[in-house]
Amino acid sequence: MTARVAPTAVSIAAEVRGGTRSARSVVEEHLARIAEREPAIHAFNLVLRDEALAAADAVDAAVAAGDDPGPLAGVPVALKDNLCTRGVPTTCSSRILEGWRPPYDATVVERLRRSGAITIGKTNLDEFAMGSSTENSAFGPTRNPHDLTKVPGGSSGGSAAAVAANFAPLALGSDTGGSIRQPASLCGVVGVKPTYGVVSRYGLVAFASSLDQIGPFATTVHDAALLLEIIGGHDPLDSTSIPSPAPSLVDVLDRGVDGLRIGIIGELAGEGIAPDVLARLHEAANVLEKAGAIIDTATIPAAMYGLSAYYLIAPAEASSNLARYDGVRYGLRVDAPTTAEMNELSRTAGFGAEVKRRIMLGTYALSAGYYDSYYGKAQKVRTLIINDFAKAYEQFDLLLSPTSPTTAFALGAKTSDPLTMYLNDICTIPSNLAGQPAMSVPFGVGDDGMPVGVQLLAPLQGEPTMFRAAAVLEAAMKETSR
Amino acid sequence: MTEVIEFQPGWELIVGLEVHCELATKTKMFCGCRNEFGHEPNTNVCPTCLGLPGSLPVVNGSAVEYAMRLGRALQCTVSPSVFARKNYFYPDMPKDYQVTQYDKPTNTAGKLELPDGSFVGITRAHLEEDTGKTSHQGGDGRIHGAESSLVDYNRAGVPLVEIVSEPDIRTADQAKAYVDELRKIVLALGVSDAKMEEGSMRVDANVSVRPVGEPEFRTRCEIKNINSIRSVGRAIEHEAKRHIALYDVGEKPTQETRHWDEEHGRTRAGRSKENSDDYRYFDEPDLVPLVPTADDIARIDAALPMLPASRRRRLAEITGAAAADVTLVVDRGHDDFVVSVVGVGADAKKTLTRVENDLPPDQPITLAPQSFAQLVIMETAGELTATQAKQVLAEMLENGGDPKAIAAAKGFEAMASGALEAVVDGIIAANPADWAEFVVADDKARKKLSGFFTGQVMKATQGQADGRAVAEVLARRAAR
Repeated sequence: MTARVAPTAVSIAAEVRGGTRSARSVVEEHLARIAEREPAIHAFNLVLRDEALAAADAVDAAVAAGDDPGPLAGVPVALKDNLCTRGVPTTCSSRILEGWRPPYDATVVERLRRSGAITIGKTNLDEFAMGSSTENSAFGPTRNPHDLTKVPGGSSGGSAAAVAANFAPLALGSDTGGSIRQPASLCGVVGVKPTYGVVSRYGLVAFASSLDQIGPFATTVHDAALLLEIIGGHDPLDSTSIPSPAPSLVDVLDRGVDGLRIGIIGELAGEGIAPDVLARLHEAANVLEKAGAIIDTATIPAAMYGLSAYYLIAPAEASSNLARYDGVRYGLRVDAPTTAEMNELSRTAGFGAEVKRRIMLGTYALSAGYYDSYYGKAQKVRTLIINDFAKAYEQFDLLLSPTSPTTAFALGAKTSDPLTMYLNDICTIPSNLAGQPAMSVPFGVGDDGMPVGVQLLAPLQGEPTMFRAAAVLEAAMKETSR
Repeated sequence: MTEVIEFQPGWELIVGLEVHCELATKTKMFCGCRNEFGHEPNTNVCPTCLGLPGSLPVVNGSAVEYAMRLGRALQCTVSPSVFARKNYFYPDMPKDYQVTQYDKPTNTAGKLELPDGSFVGITRAHLEEDTGKTSHQGGDGRIHGAESSLVDYNRAGVPLVEIVSEPDIRTADQAKAYVDELRKIVLALGVSDAKMEEGSMRVDANVSVRPVGEPEFRTRCEIKNINSIRSVGRAIEHEAKRHIALYDVGEKPTQETRHWDEEHGRTRAGRSKENSDDYRYFDEPDLVPLVPTADDIARIDAALPMLPASRRRRLAEITGAAAADVTLVVDRGHDDFVVSVVGVGADAKKTLTRVENDLPPDQPITLAPQSFAQLVIMETAGELTATQAKQVLAEMLENGGDPKAIAAAKGFEAMASGALEAVVDGIIAANPADWAEFVVADDKARKKLSGFFTGQVMKATQGQADGRAVAEVLARRAAR
């Protein structure tokens, strides 16, 4: 394990904006670290070395000219490779999109550029964000920077690993069922899934549209808050975008949790959760209690059905979202005598096993005669979960649970059994189904010395309260490590 | 419908129509691309209408407005609606699903009034996006046997309203009248240019037959690729005959999609595969429901123009003509003019006749209603003969001006009084034998001879004499 010495995004931006440090030196420093450790970790599908240096020079030129490049001036950011970047390959770690260069930038990419941030590379993921270990990438797995024999989690494993390895102080991921929070937990960084609609999905290659949400990875709660403020806020290009500005987070970080009512989700704090993870969870609860919060047990009875509902809804939407990869317009094409055969051969060659499994599952769930008992029923479970959360939030301001049932597991340990792999997301899925915000905050290590994260959950647009609690947990961890 | 109309002896025809209308919005349904026909292939495209990864749809408010306008014109209930995805693979469909409305459409339960006063029920009129266009290269231009295919996505994402009728139609003529009437409504609303030849209005016909008296519907076939109103009738008749011929030999039609072959005047089976498609509809998660308020609907209703059926009714009431007899004037858009002319005192029936017969059919009317009314009043009062009135009108259309002044300039006024009698007396004098016969003739023979004298008078006056006035003078002279 490398000692974490890299500066935060907040400190880098302050130095670059103040002219005390060049963006070029910041980027060079991060590129040097990438050169050293990336071959072993494989966090990136693509490192944008020349582009990053050019962007850094532009930032430096702006500062020299007396302009302010923005609140993330000179800060390297790693982007999950399912975020569209104009003219830069965007693969979703799939053969089917290999070589495709989007003609446009995702809204979040555009907002990052306007804030002075520098895209340093596109990070690896489970193909089309389907997985919990980043082993489902067509371009090979990413390894956990804390232990190269372990997975980084997934699907945003590349982004989590990039931040954990200090390849970039910030990264963006996408979270459909836990794909930001679970790898954040396994890699020991902060990861946030915002309220559905807080961050524009325009330019995020869709996996399951009603669940997908882009969110930040960072080494500190403050950095994550800043990044979310920058990427959040209404976007007319996304019809599901909430018509209000991004939440104010940085300003509330120091407000503490005194008087907040925080519930530990009973259903997610017992069976199926590793003892060391549970121990950290209760320590976190104690920290919050000491800081003035009122801790009790909350109940979300329908949470236990979340996984089943998720594995119908997400594949159903995916089966439709991924239909467009048919070899006609872009990406991989395997030629054949007829269009239908060309579609079939292209998709057979272009998609990996997990993607195919979910397309099959989703197609089945939506089929005539099965819709009501599968997709229809799953939507009802979704409503139950929303109702359960609503009831819980009558009594609590925030909820608390583990992020992942275990610490990072070994590469290959769960690849042969999809169901075991799916269980990784048991704690994170309910928030996606409910559209509510949740985040993972590093909170110590497990018996194996690997990072453990705890999950804070909040009602719709409850990010400010959630970040206050996260800041309290983070401060407590700093105390302990001192 | 109480009265059964037999298509062939013993057989009743059952037709329901699905009409797709491209909406004439400036931009496409879910993106800002131009919605225009006839551009270079793939020039009106963007990430959204090409369905590029990561792109998202945003609803075009004008398209929703147009759809609701059409819905209200068809007397539909406008309800909150939800877009859905209709999933199937086709190369001209960029996302391999079509965004449409499924179980929660914008418009439901309306009706359309035909010129003969009958009604056809409207099941629904929903919003959706159009697909691109594939052209197959090589082979016979169809997908089978083609060497390659080219796709133009300019049309992909163009807003459509699909108007689905109840199976209320019983004759091919009724089907044609329905399409024609729908087209007129759409044009009156200004929501589509409704050109069947350019594909901005497309008709699919669901056709079946049943023995007269059988309560259940039999197997229907959906006929696609019908490119004109005339073909609507031909395709339906052909298909109905095909069904009857099958039943006659103890066979049955299979439920399938068939294509109208204009050249050979018959329908052909499509690929049977297309019919087993399961579209796996589900609510489109990239869009939010459309929730029109009562105020929205009231505003749309208030802004609806007068529609063809109301125009026909109004004109029929004013002129006392049958609804079917005012269709031509209404279709030409000349009914407002008739109403204005009658409003300033002209005879309604005469006005309708003059407007229908003597005004250029394809042009908007530029005459002042007052001038036209004056002309009709003069004719009705006998100051002008029919022929004179036409000549005055021609002059008015050519150079404008007041009908009284034109008539005076042409010397038409004199003819109405002493001048006519002088001419008649001249003709009597020139034909003494005929006149002697006329004087003693019975009514029947007199009628025949009257024709001779009138003809001579007309000849002498170059047609400017009033036939009725000539007859009166002749009768007066003979009675002396």
